[in-house]
Amino acid sequence: MRWTMTAILCAFAAAVWADDVGQVKLTKGAVHVERGGQRLPAAVGMPIQQSDTLVTGADGTVGVTFADNSLLSVGPNSVLAIDKFAFDPGTHEGQFDASLKRGTLAVVSGKMVKQSPDAMRVKTPASILGVRGTEFLVKIAEPGT
Amino acid sequence: MTARAVGVILALMACSCAAPPIAEETVVVLPGPDGKTGAVVVQREGARQVLDQPYAANVVRADGRSEGARFSEQQVNQSFGATLSALPARPTAFLLYFLTARDELTAESTSDLDKVLADMKTRPVPDIVVIGHTDSVGTADANDKLSVQRAERVKGFLTGIGIPSDRIRTAGRGERELLVPTGDNVDEPRNRRVEINVR
Repeated sequence: MRWTMTAILCAFAAAVWADDVGQVKLTKGAVHVERGGQRLPAAVGMPIQQSDTLVTGADGTVGVTFADNSLLSVGPNSVLAIDKFAFDPGTHEGQFDASLKRGTLAVVSGKMVKQSPDAMRVKTPASILGVRGTEFLVKIAEPGT
Repeated sequence: MTARAVGVILALMACSCAAPPIAEETVVVLPGPDGKTGAVVVQREGARQVLDQPYAANVVRADGRSEGARFSEQQVNQSFGATLSALPARPTAFLLYFLTARDELTAESTSDLDKVLADMKTRPVPDIVVIGHTDSVGTADANDKLSVQRAERVKGFLTGIGIPSDRIRTAGRGERELLVPTGDNVDEPRNRRVEINVR
Protein backbone atom coordinates (compact mmCIF):
# COMPACT_ATOMS: atom_id res chain seq x y z
CA MET A 1 0.00 0.00 0.00
CA ARG A 2 2.77 2.37 0.98
CA TRP A 3 4.59 1.69 -2.30
CA THR A 4 1.44 2.26 -4.29
CA MET A 5 0.91 5.63 -2.62
CA THR A 6 4.54 6.61 -3.17
CA ALA A 7 4.23 5.68 -6.82
CA ILE A 8 1.03 7.69 -7.14
CA LEU A 9 2.61 10.70 -5.45
CA CYS A 10 5.67 10.49 -7.73
CA ALA A 11 3.53 10.19 -10.83
CA PHE A 12 1.49 13.14 -9.61
CA ALA A 13 4.60 15.26 -9.04
CA ALA A 14 6.02 14.27 -12.43
CA ALA A 15 2.75 15.15 -14.17
CA VAL A 16 2.62 18.55 -12.53
CA TRP A 17 6.19 19.42 -13.45
CA ALA A 18 6.41 17.75 -16.88
CA ASP A 19 9.37 19.44 -18.64
CA ASP A 20 9.45 22.30 -16.17
CA VAL A 21 12.32 22.08 -13.75
CA GLY A 22 11.95 25.49 -12.17
CA GLN A 23 10.11 28.75 -12.14
CA VAL A 24 10.94 32.45 -12.34
CA LYS A 25 9.96 34.07 -9.03
CA LEU A 26 11.47 37.53 -9.38
CA THR A 27 12.58 39.57 -12.33
CA LYS A 28 13.73 43.15 -12.75
CA GLY A 29 14.94 45.07 -15.80
CA ALA A 30 15.92 43.39 -19.06
CA VAL A 31 15.83 39.59 -18.68
CA HIS A 32 15.18 36.92 -21.25
CA VAL A 33 15.31 33.19 -21.60
CA GLU A 34 16.92 31.54 -24.61
CA ARG A 35 15.11 28.32 -25.44
CA GLY A 36 15.64 26.33 -28.64
CA GLY A 37 16.91 29.34 -30.57
CA GLN A 38 14.12 31.61 -29.33
CA ARG A 39 14.45 34.63 -27.06
CA LEU A 40 11.56 34.71 -24.63
CA PRO A 41 11.09 37.68 -22.29
CA ALA A 42 11.24 36.43 -18.69
CA ALA A 43 8.20 37.03 -16.50
CA VAL A 44 7.28 36.10 -12.94
CA GLY A 45 5.69 32.64 -12.96
CA MET A 46 7.43 31.57 -16.17
CA PRO A 47 8.50 27.91 -16.11
CA ILE A 48 12.19 27.14 -16.65
CA GLN A 49 13.30 24.02 -18.50
CA GLN A 50 16.49 22.06 -18.87
CA SER A 51 18.73 23.62 -21.59
CA ASP A 52 17.32 27.11 -21.01
CA THR A 53 19.81 29.98 -20.82
CA LEU A 54 19.06 33.02 -18.64
CA VAL A 55 20.38 36.29 -20.03
CA THR A 56 20.25 39.62 -18.21
CA GLY A 57 20.93 43.15 -19.43
CA ALA A 58 22.75 45.95 -17.62
CA ASP A 59 19.75 46.57 -15.33
CA GLY A 60 18.50 42.97 -15.22
CA THR A 61 18.23 40.48 -12.36
CA VAL A 62 16.26 37.25 -12.12
CA GLY A 63 15.51 34.73 -9.35
CA VAL A 64 14.50 31.13 -10.01
CA THR A 65 13.35 28.25 -7.77
CA PHE A 66 13.88 24.63 -8.81
CA ALA A 67 11.95 21.43 -8.19
CA ASP A 68 14.37 20.26 -5.48
CA ASN A 69 14.13 23.63 -3.65
CA SER A 70 17.44 24.89 -5.05
CA LEU A 71 17.41 28.65 -5.52
CA LEU A 72 19.41 30.68 -8.03
CA SER A 73 19.64 34.35 -8.80
CA VAL A 74 21.52 36.00 -11.62
CA GLY A 75 22.80 39.58 -11.51
CA PRO A 76 23.13 42.20 -14.27
CA ASN A 77 25.04 41.52 -17.54
CA SER A 78 25.02 37.78 -16.99
CA VAL A 79 24.58 34.57 -18.96
CA LEU A 80 23.68 31.36 -17.11
CA ALA A 81 22.93 28.08 -18.89
CA ILE A 82 20.89 25.35 -17.18
CA ASP A 83 22.78 22.44 -18.77
CA LYS A 84 21.08 19.62 -16.92
CA PHE A 85 18.41 19.28 -14.27
CA ALA A 86 16.98 15.96 -13.17
CA PHE A 87 15.35 15.31 -9.80
CA ASP A 88 13.47 12.37 -8.36
CA PRO A 89 11.07 13.75 -5.71
CA GLY A 90 10.79 10.28 -4.15
CA THR A 91 14.48 9.53 -3.56
CA HIS A 92 15.79 13.13 -3.79
CA GLU A 93 18.44 11.91 -6.19
CA GLY A 94 19.30 14.06 -9.15
CA GLN A 95 21.80 16.05 -11.16
CA PHE A 96 22.02 19.80 -11.58
CA ASP A 97 24.65 21.28 -13.93
CA ALA A 98 24.73 24.97 -14.72
CA SER A 99 27.30 27.14 -16.53
CA LEU A 100 27.94 30.76 -15.70
CA LYS A 101 29.39 32.21 -18.90
CA ARG A 102 29.58 35.75 -17.56
CA GLY A 103 28.26 37.99 -14.82
CA THR A 104 27.20 37.04 -11.30
CA LEU A 105 25.31 34.16 -9.73
CA ALA A 106 23.97 33.38 -6.26
CA VAL A 107 23.14 29.77 -5.35
CA VAL A 108 21.32 28.15 -2.44
CA SER A 109 21.55 24.40 -2.92
CA GLY A 110 18.51 22.16 -2.45
CA LYS A 111 17.39 18.65 -1.59
CA MET A 112 19.46 16.75 -4.16
CA VAL A 113 22.73 18.07 -2.72
CA LYS A 114 21.60 17.01 0.76
CA GLN A 115 20.98 13.54 -0.66
CA SER A 116 24.23 13.24 -2.62
CA PRO A 117 27.03 15.79 -2.35
CA ASP A 118 28.13 15.49 -5.99
CA ALA A 119 24.70 16.20 -7.43
CA MET A 120 25.27 19.87 -8.28
CA ARG A 121 28.04 21.48 -10.33
CA VAL A 122 28.51 25.01 -11.58
CA LYS A 123 30.96 25.55 -14.42
CA THR A 124 32.69 28.84 -15.09
CA PRO A 125 35.14 29.66 -17.90
CA ALA A 126 38.09 28.67 -15.66
CA SER A 127 36.67 26.35 -13.00
CA ILE A 128 34.27 23.64 -11.97
CA LEU A 129 32.53 24.23 -8.65
CA GLY A 130 31.31 21.18 -6.75
CA VAL A 131 28.53 22.10 -4.35
CA ARG A 132 28.54 20.40 -0.95
CA GLY A 133 25.35 21.86 0.42
CA THR A 134 25.66 25.56 0.82
CA GLU A 135 25.10 29.10 -0.28
CA PHE A 136 27.65 30.75 -2.48
CA LEU A 137 28.31 33.50 -4.97
CA VAL A 138 30.23 33.53 -8.24
CA LYS A 139 31.38 36.50 -10.26
CA ILE A 140 33.11 36.61 -13.62
CA ALA A 141 34.55 40.03 -14.36
CA GLU A 142 35.15 40.78 -18.02
CA PRO A 143 38.82 41.54 -18.79
CA GLY A 144 39.49 45.21 -18.30
CA THR A 145 36.57 45.78 -15.94
CA MET B 1 74.32 39.28 -17.81
CA THR B 2 75.00 37.75 -21.18
CA ALA B 3 73.14 38.77 -24.28
CA ARG B 4 71.79 35.25 -24.39
CA ALA B 5 70.28 35.51 -20.88
CA VAL B 6 68.68 38.86 -21.76
CA GLY B 7 67.24 37.22 -24.84
CA VAL B 8 65.69 34.43 -22.77
CA ILE B 9 64.20 36.93 -20.30
CA LEU B 10 62.80 39.03 -23.13
CA ALA B 11 61.34 35.94 -24.74
CA LEU B 12 59.69 34.95 -21.42
CA MET B 13 58.27 38.47 -21.00
CA ALA B 14 56.93 38.47 -24.54
CA CYS B 15 55.38 35.10 -23.82
CA SER B 16 53.58 36.24 -20.68
CA CYS B 17 52.45 39.45 -22.42
CA ALA B 18 51.07 37.48 -25.34
CA ALA B 19 48.88 35.27 -23.09
CA PRO B 20 45.34 36.63 -23.46
CA PRO B 21 43.95 38.10 -20.23
CA ILE B 22 41.30 35.84 -18.76
CA ALA B 23 38.18 36.95 -16.97
CA GLU B 24 38.76 37.40 -13.26
CA GLU B 25 36.66 34.92 -11.31
CA THR B 26 35.52 35.11 -7.71
CA VAL B 27 33.78 32.42 -5.65
CA VAL B 28 32.56 33.27 -2.13
CA VAL B 29 30.87 30.90 0.33
CA LEU B 30 28.20 32.38 2.59
CA PRO B 31 26.99 31.21 5.99
CA GLY B 32 23.48 29.78 5.83
CA PRO B 33 20.51 31.29 7.72
CA ASP B 34 21.13 28.74 10.52
CA GLY B 35 24.71 30.03 10.86
CA LYS B 36 26.18 26.85 9.38
CA THR B 37 28.42 27.10 6.35
CA GLY B 38 28.54 24.36 3.74
CA ALA B 39 31.37 23.88 1.29
CA VAL B 40 32.22 24.48 -2.34
CA VAL B 41 35.04 22.59 -4.02
CA VAL B 42 36.76 24.77 -6.62
CA GLN B 43 38.53 22.70 -9.28
CA ARG B 44 40.76 24.29 -11.83
CA GLU B 45 43.40 22.65 -14.01
CA GLY B 46 44.15 19.89 -11.54
CA ALA B 47 44.21 22.23 -8.51
CA ARG B 48 41.50 21.83 -5.93
CA GLN B 49 40.48 24.19 -3.14
CA VAL B 50 37.74 23.58 -0.59
CA LEU B 51 35.94 26.69 0.67
CA ASP B 52 34.14 25.82 3.89
CA GLN B 53 34.44 28.88 6.13
CA PRO B 54 31.99 31.81 6.20
CA TYR B 55 32.96 34.33 3.50
CA ALA B 56 35.95 32.24 2.36
CA ALA B 57 36.74 33.07 -1.26
CA ASN B 58 38.82 31.94 -4.18
CA VAL B 59 39.90 34.48 -6.77
CA VAL B 60 41.45 33.85 -10.17
CA ARG B 61 43.31 36.94 -11.34
CA ALA B 62 43.47 38.10 -14.96
CA ASP B 63 47.00 36.67 -15.26
CA GLY B 64 45.72 33.22 -14.29
CA ARG B 65 47.02 33.32 -10.73
CA SER B 66 44.62 31.84 -8.22
CA GLU B 67 44.52 32.78 -4.54
CA GLY B 68 42.47 32.32 -1.41
CA ALA B 69 40.79 35.34 0.17
CA ARG B 70 38.24 36.27 2.78
CA PHE B 71 35.46 38.72 2.03
CA SER B 72 33.74 41.00 4.51
CA GLU B 73 29.95 41.16 4.58
CA GLN B 74 30.27 44.68 3.19
CA GLN B 75 32.39 43.53 0.23
CA VAL B 76 29.82 40.82 -0.49
CA ASN B 77 27.05 43.42 -0.57
CA GLN B 78 29.10 45.70 -2.81
CA SER B 79 29.95 43.02 -5.34
CA PHE B 80 26.79 40.92 -5.17
CA GLY B 81 24.04 43.16 -3.72
CA ALA B 82 21.92 43.26 -6.87
CA THR B 83 22.26 39.50 -7.37
CA LEU B 84 21.39 38.68 -3.75
CA SER B 85 18.33 40.94 -3.87
CA ALA B 86 16.94 38.75 -6.68
CA LEU B 87 17.23 35.53 -4.67
CA PRO B 88 13.74 34.04 -4.17
CA ALA B 89 12.35 33.54 -0.65
CA ARG B 90 13.57 30.31 0.92
CA PRO B 91 11.27 27.30 0.73
CA THR B 92 9.60 26.70 4.09
CA ALA B 93 7.44 24.06 5.76
CA PHE B 94 4.71 24.57 8.36
CA LEU B 95 2.68 22.18 10.49
CA LEU B 96 -0.87 22.86 11.65
CA TYR B 97 -2.63 20.57 14.13
CA PHE B 98 -6.25 19.42 14.26
CA LEU B 99 -8.89 18.42 16.81
CA THR B 100 -9.63 14.69 17.19
CA ALA B 101 -11.50 13.16 14.25
CA ARG B 102 -12.32 16.57 12.78
CA ASP B 103 -11.07 18.98 10.18
CA GLU B 104 -10.98 21.86 12.71
CA LEU B 105 -7.66 23.38 13.79
CA THR B 106 -6.60 23.37 17.44
CA ALA B 107 -6.72 26.76 19.21
CA GLU B 108 -2.93 27.06 19.00
CA SER B 109 -2.81 26.27 15.30
CA THR B 110 -5.64 28.70 14.66
CA SER B 111 -3.37 31.47 15.89
CA ASP B 112 -0.37 30.02 13.98
CA LEU B 113 -2.43 30.12 10.81
CA ASP B 114 -2.02 33.90 10.63
CA LYS B 115 1.77 33.51 10.52
CA VAL B 116 1.49 30.93 7.77
CA LEU B 117 -0.82 33.11 5.70
CA ALA B 118 1.45 36.14 6.23
CA ASP B 119 4.40 34.16 4.86
CA MET B 120 2.39 33.00 1.85
CA LYS B 121 1.41 36.58 1.03
CA THR B 122 5.07 37.60 0.68
CA ARG B 123 5.61 35.09 -2.15
CA PRO B 124 4.64 36.36 -5.59
CA VAL B 125 3.90 32.99 -7.24
CA PRO B 126 4.02 30.35 -4.50
CA ASP B 127 4.14 26.63 -5.23
CA ILE B 128 2.31 25.03 -2.33
CA VAL B 129 1.93 21.38 -1.39
CA VAL B 130 -0.54 20.60 1.41
CA ILE B 131 -0.47 17.08 2.89
CA GLY B 132 -3.03 15.93 5.45
CA HIS B 133 -2.40 13.28 8.11
CA THR B 134 -4.35 11.62 10.92
CA ASP B 135 -3.58 9.71 14.10
CA SER B 136 -4.18 5.95 14.17
CA VAL B 137 -7.66 6.06 15.78
CA GLY B 138 -10.32 4.69 13.41
CA THR B 139 -10.15 2.69 10.21
CA ALA B 140 -7.52 3.30 7.55
CA ASP B 141 -10.24 4.21 5.04
CA ALA B 142 -11.87 6.75 7.31
CA ASN B 143 -8.46 8.26 8.03
CA ASP B 144 -7.65 8.53 4.32
CA LYS B 145 -10.82 10.58 3.89
CA LEU B 146 -10.21 12.67 6.98
CA SER B 147 -6.64 13.48 5.94
CA VAL B 148 -7.86 14.69 2.54
CA GLN B 149 -10.55 16.79 4.27
CA ARG B 150 -7.92 18.38 6.50
CA ALA B 151 -5.70 19.19 3.51
CA GLU B 152 -8.67 20.66 1.62
CA ARG B 153 -9.61 22.72 4.67
CA VAL B 154 -6.13 24.28 4.69
CA LYS B 155 -6.29 24.82 0.95
CA GLY B 156 -9.52 26.75 1.63
CA PHE B 157 -7.69 29.07 4.04
CA LEU B 158 -5.04 29.71 1.37
CA THR B 159 -7.45 30.37 -1.47
CA GLY B 160 -9.37 32.56 1.01
CA ILE B 161 -6.46 35.04 1.03
CA GLY B 162 -6.35 35.09 -2.74
CA ILE B 163 -3.86 32.36 -3.64
CA PRO B 164 -5.02 30.80 -6.91
CA SER B 165 -6.08 27.18 -6.37
CA ASP B 166 -3.92 25.98 -9.28
CA ARG B 167 -0.85 26.89 -7.22
CA ILE B 168 -1.88 24.49 -4.43
CA ARG B 169 -1.59 20.71 -4.59
CA THR B 170 -3.24 18.64 -1.87
CA ALA B 171 -2.85 15.03 -0.80
CA GLY B 172 -4.06 12.92 2.12
CA ARG B 173 -1.72 10.34 3.63
CA GLY B 174 -4.20 8.99 6.19
CA GLU B 175 -2.44 7.25 9.07
CA ARG B 176 0.49 6.01 6.94
CA GLU B 177 3.04 8.61 7.99
CA LEU B 178 2.72 9.09 11.71
CA LEU B 179 4.95 11.92 12.91
CA VAL B 180 5.10 10.19 16.30
CA PRO B 181 5.13 6.42 15.79
CA THR B 182 2.35 4.70 17.76
CA GLY B 183 0.39 1.44 17.66
CA ASP B 184 -3.08 1.30 16.13
CA ASN B 185 -5.95 3.26 17.72
CA VAL B 186 -3.74 5.67 19.62
CA ASP B 187 -4.99 9.22 20.14
CA GLU B 188 -1.84 11.25 19.45
CA PRO B 189 -2.39 14.99 18.90
CA ARG B 190 0.94 15.47 17.07
CA ASN B 191 -0.12 13.02 14.38
CA ARG B 192 -3.31 14.97 13.57
CA ARG B 193 -1.66 17.47 11.31
CA VAL B 194 -1.35 19.11 7.94
CA GLU B 195 2.05 19.77 6.46
CA ILE B 196 2.38 22.81 4.23
CA ASN B 197 5.41 23.08 1.98
CA VAL B 198 5.87 26.31 0.10
CA ARG B 199 8.42 27.33 -2.48
